[in-house]
Amino acid sequence: MSDSDILSAGPVPEPADSKAIASLHFDPTAPLLDVQELRVDFHTHEGVAHAVNGVSFTLEAGRTLGILGESGCGKSVTAQAIMGILDSPPARVVGGRVLLSGVDLLTLNEDDRRQVRANRIGMVFQDALSALNPVFKVGWQLGELFRKRLGYSRTQARHEAVRLLDLVGIPAAAQRVDDYPHQFSGGMRQRVMIAMALALDPDVIIADEPTTALDVTVQAQIMKLLADLQAERNMGLILITHDIGVVADVADDICVMYAGREVEKADVYSIYDKPAHPYTQALLESIPRVDMKGKQLASIQGLPPNLTQMPPGCAFHPRCRFARQRCRDDTPPLYTVSPGRLSACHFFQEVLDT
Amino acid sequence: MGPYAVRRVLQFIPVLIGTLFLLHYMTVLSFQINGNPVRALFGDRQPPPETIAALTRAFGLDDPCLEQTGNPCIGMFVERMTGYFGGDFGVDFNQQPVVDLIKRAAPVTLRLTLLAIVFESVVGILAGVLAGLRKDRFADNFVRVVTVLAISVPIFVLGVLTQIVFGLYVGNWVRDRGAPDWVQAIFSVSYQSDFPWASLVIPAMVLGATTLGVVARMTRTGLIESLRSDYVRTGKAKGLKSRRIVGIHALRNCLIPVITLIGIDIGTLMAGAIVTEGIFNIPGIGGLVYRAAVTGETAIIMAVVPLLVLVYLVASLLVDLLYAVLDPRIRYG
Repeated sequence: MSDSDILSAGPVPEPADSKAIASLHFDPTAPLLDVQELRVDFHTHEGVAHAVNGVSFTLEAGRTLGILGESGCGKSVTAQAIMGILDSPPARVVGGRVLLSGVDLLTLNEDDRRQVRANRIGMVFQDALSALNPVFKVGWQLGELFRKRLGYSRTQARHEAVRLLDLVGIPAAAQRVDDYPHQFSGGMRQRVMIAMALALDPDVIIADEPTTALDVTVQAQIMKLLADLQAERNMGLILITHDIGVVADVADDICVMYAGREVEKADVYSIYDKPAHPYTQALLESIPRVDMKGKQLASIQGLPPNLTQMPPGCAFHPRCRFARQRCRDDTPPLYTVSPGRLSACHFFQEVLDT
Repeated sequence: MGPYAVRRVLQFIPVLIGTLFLLHYMTVLSFQINGNPVRALFGDRQPPPETIAALTRAFGLDDPCLEQTGNPCIGMFVERMTGYFGGDFGVDFNQQPVVDLIKRAAPVTLRLTLLAIVFESVVGILAGVLAGLRKDRFADNFVRVVTVLAISVPIFVLGVLTQIVFGLYVGNWVRDRGAPDWVQAIFSVSYQSDFPWASLVIPAMVLGATTLGVVARMTRTGLIESLRSDYVRTGKAKGLKSRRIVGIHALRNCLIPVITLIGIDIGTLMAGAIVTEGIFNIPGIGGLVYRAAVTGETAIIMAVVPLLVLVYLVASLLVDLLYAVLDPRIRYG
């Protein structure tokens, strides 16, 4: 049997059926994903860590939002809070709203929340090797979504798995469907992850550092695959990364996070052209460049703050070259730099002018 | 996997020959140092030297090498091995063929092993899952305390206690109320051949208690670790029910070492549980070996112990092969 036979034998999922969640009324005119003032705390032995401190953003269908920041700034926690897959305890969502087509996911009961996962919001994780279950075949893990969520038979689910593997560009999908995760290369495994996120045709895909574990050429392929699929299906894509180069290529809008807060939000062109926050500026300066070869690479001095003991005022002031007394006293609000462009710096004008 | 299994089976041969020779040498040394075991048959009485000599000859213990301490008596060993290849495994001091003794004892030990394995795996895994899901709560602490007790209390203490509490007190209470015979058999102080299963239930629980403790602990730790793993998070992101995430995704991974442990335990338990069989007066393999070791019945020891070694070798080979089935990342070349 050739690949195409298998593909044609498989049933086409009916979006209308799979999308309906009896008790929920999604409003197609509302923004696709609207996160407002999201707050997440972690209760640890050292005290309460404010991992996410009032993050807000809006994502429309077909757009890509890049969330940028270094490790521990709350990017992944934000993503997992949207998905509702944080381990609680220790994590607790203490405030805010996550509106998906007008429905606040945070107020849903666990069963409705579960129905939303994979069905409306899909997620791609960073390390596909550990994110896939090592003891089950890849096709089984993909098919599980169809069997358990849509009630497909084993044969139907298998057809769907082959179709998806083929869709994400895995060669000889009909054979690879019976392989285990460790038998795939890193790039192919990440494609399997993407297939899994796409399986139930969600409206939003959250990709949490999807290319971090991959080498550069494979990174580009994976990003292209994600971008192509997104354009084809008109999905909203949230791309979480610490790699400024990766977001520059695919994102429409960028949200820079630092210590659980968004410090700058803008469209991709203006942010790369002239950053309006000292942190963004420092991040851009720290990209290695060929024309600076042989010179000391610019880096940001110091470490991100301990989330249980945040510095007063602006969280970035201990590392900031623009810092002065006001930064230690007042927490900067999100200033509007220009329409659609926000910066949490008292002196954003000064930053723009440098 | 095929060539690997064949290679492993071939390795059994030197192990078995080595075991047989070591056993032979130890029994010979015991004769040379402790003296002729035939004399012990008569207790305090002094039999005429001709009787001793005749019996010694009858049991094949008249080889002159047995008088020279340290002599390995290769001749006797070769003779015995020749007998084994011809299907002759010798007789005990009562002229009973050793093969018959094994045939009588093995089914009892098999039943005891089976009951113990079922008990330790079912109860152990359930307790471990319960504790793992309720980490640091009451159920978890309860399981942890009970398993520490099960692991640390010596089996003869546990056996005797169980015998007194369940065999005697509960047993008497049950008998006073005229419970059905099989219930009475469960709560009896010793093995009853009329109830070959029921009267082994409580001894099997005693026998399985230690491994049960280890199984519960391993399941608990494994489950806690699995629940923190990335693939469990993926399961949540797939919108699966938590019962499925725990029961299929997490458990399938954390049971791999547990099943290995239980598999090896089958080998150990088949070798007979000398203490448990002794306390509950069970006529199994353990009792047979114990009796033979005390009375110096070489023929029994030389036949039964290598058999147990073989059972253990086969059990561990099966466990190793099963491991590759359970964990696809393991490959044997």
